[in-house]
Amino acid sequence: MYTEGSAMRVLIVGAGEVGSSIAASLAESHEVVVVDVDSERVEQLTYEHDVLTVEGDGASLDTLRTADVGKADIAIASTDDDETNLAICGTVKTASDAFTIARVQNRAYLETWRHSQGVFGVDFMVCTDLLTAQSIVRIVGLPTARDVDPFAGGRVQMAEFEVTEGSPLAGQTVQEADRFDALTFAAVIQGDDVEIARGDTAIAAGDKVVVIGRPGSVEAFAAAVVPEGGAEEVGNVVIVGGSSVGELTGRLLSERGFVPRLIEQDPERARELAEALSKTTVLEHDATDAEFLEREHVGEAGLLVAALDSDERNLLVSLLAKRLGVSRTVAIVDNPAYVDLFEAVGVDIAINPREVTAEEITRFTRERRMENVAIVEPGAAEVLEVEIGEESVLAGRSIREAVADLPDGVVVGAITRGGEFVMPRGDTVIQVGDHVVAFVREDALDAVTATI
Amino acid sequence: MSSTLRVDWRASVSLTGRVVRWLTVPMLFPLALALFYGRGLKAILPAIAIAFVVGWGLERLHSDPAAALGAREGFLMVALTWLLISVVGALPYIFEGSFTAYGATSTLRLPVNALFETMSGFTTTGSTVMGDISFETHSRALMMWRQETQWLGGMGIVVLAVAILPELSVGGAQLMDAEAPGPGIQKLTPRIAETARALWGMYIGLTVLEIVGLYGFHQLGMAPEMTLYNAVAHGFTTMPTGGFSPEARSIEAFTAVVQWFIIPFMVAAGTNFALFWHVWNRDFNVVWDDIEFKTYLGAIGVLTAITAGLLFTTPGFDMLTNALEPSLRHATFQIASIVTTTGYASMDFNNWGQHAKYVLLFAMFIGGSAGSTGGGIKIIRWVVILKTLRRELFTAVHPEAVRPVRLGSTVIDEDAIRGIYAFTLLYLVIFAFGTLVVLLVGVPGQELSAFEATSAVAATLGNVGPGVGIVGPMNSFLPFPRASKLLMVFFMWVGRLEIFPVLVLLTHAYWRS
Repeated sequence: MYTEGSAMRVLIVGAGEVGSSIAASLAESHEVVVVDVDSERVEQLTYEHDVLTVEGDGASLDTLRTADVGKADIAIASTDDDETNLAICGTVKTASDAFTIARVQNRAYLETWRHSQGVFGVDFMVCTDLLTAQSIVRIVGLPTARDVDPFAGGRVQMAEFEVTEGSPLAGQTVQEADRFDALTFAAVIQGDDVEIARGDTAIAAGDKVVVIGRPGSVEAFAAAVVPEGGAEEVGNVVIVGGSSVGELTGRLLSERGFVPRLIEQDPERARELAEALSKTTVLEHDATDAEFLEREHVGEAGLLVAALDSDERNLLVSLLAKRLGVSRTVAIVDNPAYVDLFEAVGVDIAINPREVTAEEITRFTRERRMENVAIVEPGAAEVLEVEIGEESVLAGRSIREAVADLPDGVVVGAITRGGEFVMPRGDTVIQVGDHVVAFVREDALDAVTATI
Repeated sequence: MSSTLRVDWRASVSLTGRVVRWLTVPMLFPLALALFYGRGLKAILPAIAIAFVVGWGLERLHSDPAAALGAREGFLMVALTWLLISVVGALPYIFEGSFTAYGATSTLRLPVNALFETMSGFTTTGSTVMGDISFETHSRALMMWRQETQWLGGMGIVVLAVAILPELSVGGAQLMDAEAPGPGIQKLTPRIAETARALWGMYIGLTVLEIVGLYGFHQLGMAPEMTLYNAVAHGFTTMPTGGFSPEARSIEAFTAVVQWFIIPFMVAAGTNFALFWHVWNRDFNVVWDDIEFKTYLGAIGVLTAITAGLLFTTPGFDMLTNALEPSLRHATFQIASIVTTTGYASMDFNNWGQHAKYVLLFAMFIGGSAGSTGGGIKIIRWVVILKTLRRELFTAVHPEAVRPVRLGSTVIDEDAIRGIYAFTLLYLVIFAFGTLVVLLVGVPGQELSAFEATSAVAATLGNVGPGVGIVGPMNSFLPFPRASKLLMVFFMWVGRLEIFPVLVLLTHAYWRS
């Protein structure tokens, strides 16, 4: 462990756009070591930033030892290849106690990891395509769970949501909003003020709500936070391109009550998408065909997302859509140099997935998340998972009794017993060996770590 | 035989022989009854001997038939098995008519009639050509054999063979697929023999439950006619959606309690047996989310409501007019009986008004669920057809839209949809063509209306049983000339095996390329 403010030793494997960008952001306040197979890239980085570079294969133990992996506090695998990144994390774990972060593109790995945390030797996983899709959904003005953190091997999730203007939750009390099985409201955050959720705690627009519960319940809650009539306000959404980002955007939007239309040219991929996305209308056609776009009334859409595989085609489609009358266009841009250019010529928002990923990893590293601890607001609150020992103040007592001996700023969010989710209620008796996921405000942290 | 044959027919025939040899085992039950009642031994005993010898002889055609069993041999084996057991199973009827004094007037002494009756039995159709349904001209042993053929055919002879013959475990899935009703089979367990055993186990369980219930009513004095013999006889023909009854008046011979009691068993028989498996494993959501099951219950419900309304308002029908319970009971019973293709009758529906009879004819085309013992086109096919039609309407407006057809959360493969369309169309073509032939051949000395001919073909092709008019529930198919009867034997055969396993045998490609 390290304390805030002290410099960490960060090992970054893969010095592509993502790796370089992270290195650049962290180099000022931390010791950064970068490993890459490409000698040119390595050399370039040495001159551009104040980092140590090692040339070699990051998945080999020799290279990692050369990079002094044993001393690293955090290791980030950010090559362009998912399997390589997983192998890197696994290898790092054999030689060091460093906290490992892997960047993946394939969402299946993220699902697996969420299901059983720590698998592949990965402590934190960042899915590029999902992050990109989430940013798009956020642009639409809809809440997405920020920082979903899995606990108890994925059986419990902690998530933080922003309550936007118009959300049915705004103006309700916690008691009114708590309509979900297997979900605990932990706290309502107003600005810097962390208020522990009680029945009469009021939720206002602009607040953030922290919930802990079974993953399915957290998802159900995500749908309920959406402002009523949100779908009407945004209008029709058209997604062009059945790439992984396009698919995930469609999925996230339909989970929030939209019926998006997705245009994909390749017949096989279109069929695949139509099978995977039951609430999305998939159209199989070339999206640059203006006659087709007119026939399908694409011009009346409130939002068009261009998620094709080529930047140039994304630009073309976005501009075409603008001309047909689409209110807002979002384009996915692979080449970071184009981002400003796209926005200059008329695309409303250009998103670079690598940039989004680098930002997320950097933010995460700065907020120093370690072990089974999630920092909700830096310096304000944490969510901890604890296995209950015999000496714990919770052992063998009902929650109502035990809470009396705990400071105010603690909420028992979820319990897992022998791998099964147990909903904590006042009369639930906690047993030795249970895993308790608790929300703890900063001021109660010391007392809690000492007694639980 | 020419060496260019691509089908190892000896293997298929040899396996068919094995099934025929095993058929002697269920024949021991009527044999025991013949000994018990002291009547019918001359009918059963020689049939057992012949079945054994023929089966044993055919088995000699191939030394290791299970090893040679491919997809093509499977089709031939299944189709032949159903034909051959119907031929062998017809022997007791012929023998009783030929060798005994009391059976001399039996219409079933004629081979054509005996074959019709047996095919109707095994295919669980329930159409009869028995002139005099009574114990005067037929021994109780033979009457029970007639019931038992339906029970054996219900869950499937080949499924039973897969369940008990270990050598069929490899090609078993293919054989069951060729025999089982509905598109494709659902494996319930990793091993096909276990699946076959599970299906038969549930089938036996429900049959026993019904027999116990029926006899229980008799013991309680609520069903005087439902003797142990009758309880077993009707237990044998409800779960297979058969419809044969040793009573000339079918289920009309029993009290209202019995009629109500039989309805849920008919409905269960027309349900996909995989659902019972899920219930058994306490997985109730699967049942609740099953679209076919919901549609099936919905179809029965709507048709029952229409029929009950029609019966209740029939003018001048003492038994039914303005009588709520009888109208409801007969409507529910008859609709359940026809939709599931059982073919029982709780009263002579020939006397109903024309409109109610049209509803019954319509119901014949719905059929039971896939994986049930029911016949007909099957609910699942209609669900898929309706969904694809709705898709056609959508894509007419949005030609570029890609819309997979879903049943719940599963996507139906386009090839499967094509298969469903092909089957349904073929079924309707055979139905239309068959009706025309039956009409043109006619019935000697009698007027055959188009409605009657239509119902006769629909009832045999859909394995329903009775039709309307001269083939009504209290009448028989006896008046038809021999050619029409043989044609209907063919309809029952292809209807039970869902056409393709039989028709594929008639193609050049099957044998030569």
